[in-house]
Amino acid sequence: MSPTSPRVFMAEPESQDLKQTPLYARHVAAGGRMVAFGGYALPVQYPPGIMAEHKWTREHAGLFDVSHMGPCFLMLNERSGDADRDHAAIAAVLEPLVCGDIAGLPPGKIRYTLLLNEGGGIEDDLMVARPPTGKEGGLFIVVNAATKDVDFARMSEAAGQVARLQRADRGALLALQGPEAAAVLARLVPETADLAFMEYGLYDWNGIGLSVSRSGYTGEDGFEIRCYAEHAETLWDALLADDRVKPIGLGARDSLRLEAGLPLYGHDLDLTTSPVEADLGFAISKRRREAADFPGAARILAERSEGPKRKRVGLIVEGAPAREGAAILDADGAPIGIVTSGGFAPTLGKAIALGFVPPDFAQAETVLQVSVRGRPQPARVVPTPFVPHRYHRKTA
Amino acid sequence: MTTKFTPDHEYIRIEGDTGIVGITQFAQEQLGDIVFIELPAIGKVLKKGDEAAVVESVKAASEIYAPVSGTVSEVNAALSTEPGLVNADPEAGGWMFKLTLADVTETETLLDDAAYADLTK
Repeated sequence: MSPTSPRVFMAEPESQDLKQTPLYARHVAAGGRMVAFGGYALPVQYPPGIMAEHKWTREHAGLFDVSHMGPCFLMLNERSGDADRDHAAIAAVLEPLVCGDIAGLPPGKIRYTLLLNEGGGIEDDLMVARPPTGKEGGLFIVVNAATKDVDFARMSEAAGQVARLQRADRGALLALQGPEAAAVLARLVPETADLAFMEYGLYDWNGIGLSVSRSGYTGEDGFEIRCYAEHAETLWDALLADDRVKPIGLGARDSLRLEAGLPLYGHDLDLTTSPVEADLGFAISKRRREAADFPGAARILAERSEGPKRKRVGLIVEGAPAREGAAILDADGAPIGIVTSGGFAPTLGKAIALGFVPPDFAQAETVLQVSVRGRPQPARVVPTPFVPHRYHRKTA
Repeated sequence: MTTKFTPDHEYIRIEGDTGIVGITQFAQEQLGDIVFIELPAIGKVLKKGDEAAVVESVKAASEIYAPVSGTVSEVNAALSTEPGLVNADPEAGGWMFKLTLADVTETETLLDDAAYADLTK
């Protein structure tokens, strides 16, 4: 049999100098199978395994260590004291790099946006939060682990003399996800119940400062919680003391996000993929579109009106899972595209994939094929998410 | 009846000139939940080390190699509807395929119980 454990998660060479998160000892003690990911040693799974961990998260609450991600603060060097003016000033630093409306973010709200290059390709996808009222003049930003050094350098350069970028990736970032996440967190910090999806707040928990976003990467309701490294184990233990919560590894994190139809940077998105191709047009705000003032606007706006050359689609695959790199074929067997993420969906009990095909083949229910180990297997285009999102949206 | 092992974690249980092939307890633990198994065609002639089957877990595909040379005489059809048998009972109900051995002496090159146990210690 080949391979055994290391390639079971995304291939990455074994390395002696892997970084550890503040929760490394907890993962090892819990029997986590540690693998290299984004330069960090992280658990791909715990003893129950990916399938059980995945299902637990969909039914209860899963706790993930995502401290390898890239949180940072972009802060004005000098604040005027006027909240709106300060926010406008810091938004003006970031906006030239992204396609989102950062200036229009209300206090305590989060926006998903994209760092773009001049060719209209995606440099990274990221979350940007405007701090709650009274803490203006900065932005809280979380970028991907594998791209964080490049992203931080880009944002620092854009900050010039006006602002500064402060990395916050030495601390801990935990994700608590699942239908019981809100009840669990409310037991520790009752005020978090007031947050709606894509809202952000700062809280005190027994003297420990927590920054909490109601967001995540599983399609479930849940939170991403940041604290200083020295408090990480205390918070981890307190959350796990609730028997609705179990620790979940990177393997289930990936199968959960795939079912939720959420793209993964470096796999479904890269420097050549445009937001229109990637079906992330919602991330281009109306104001920015009308002003055409973001990197790669010429290509992206042309694709919006004339259609892109390829489009990201969801596929349900019959038979063996089609993994990243598998060819997508039309009904006659001609190659038309490529799978960028694929695997088994524990919630659906079948194989699913994300991939790119020409727009003529992107309609739901289009019958296609995927080539797995040189043999064609039936596949059909389906709308994403594969499993409905269950975010806690505020009702007006 | 003896059982021999490969360093790649396949086992072969030898009954006369037939070998029953699957993966070990250690291997199934390493792979995690198995969701799909591709078995060889009956009648397929395999040389020692040829790719014989593919086991898919949630995350990844792993190849299963022929421990020795032979011809596929039977496959475990139950695995097509219940691949999890390999997790639950790898060395009995979760067997994968039977080989009519080309050369029984080839099995002597494989690991015995003690040597395999040593490898996975």
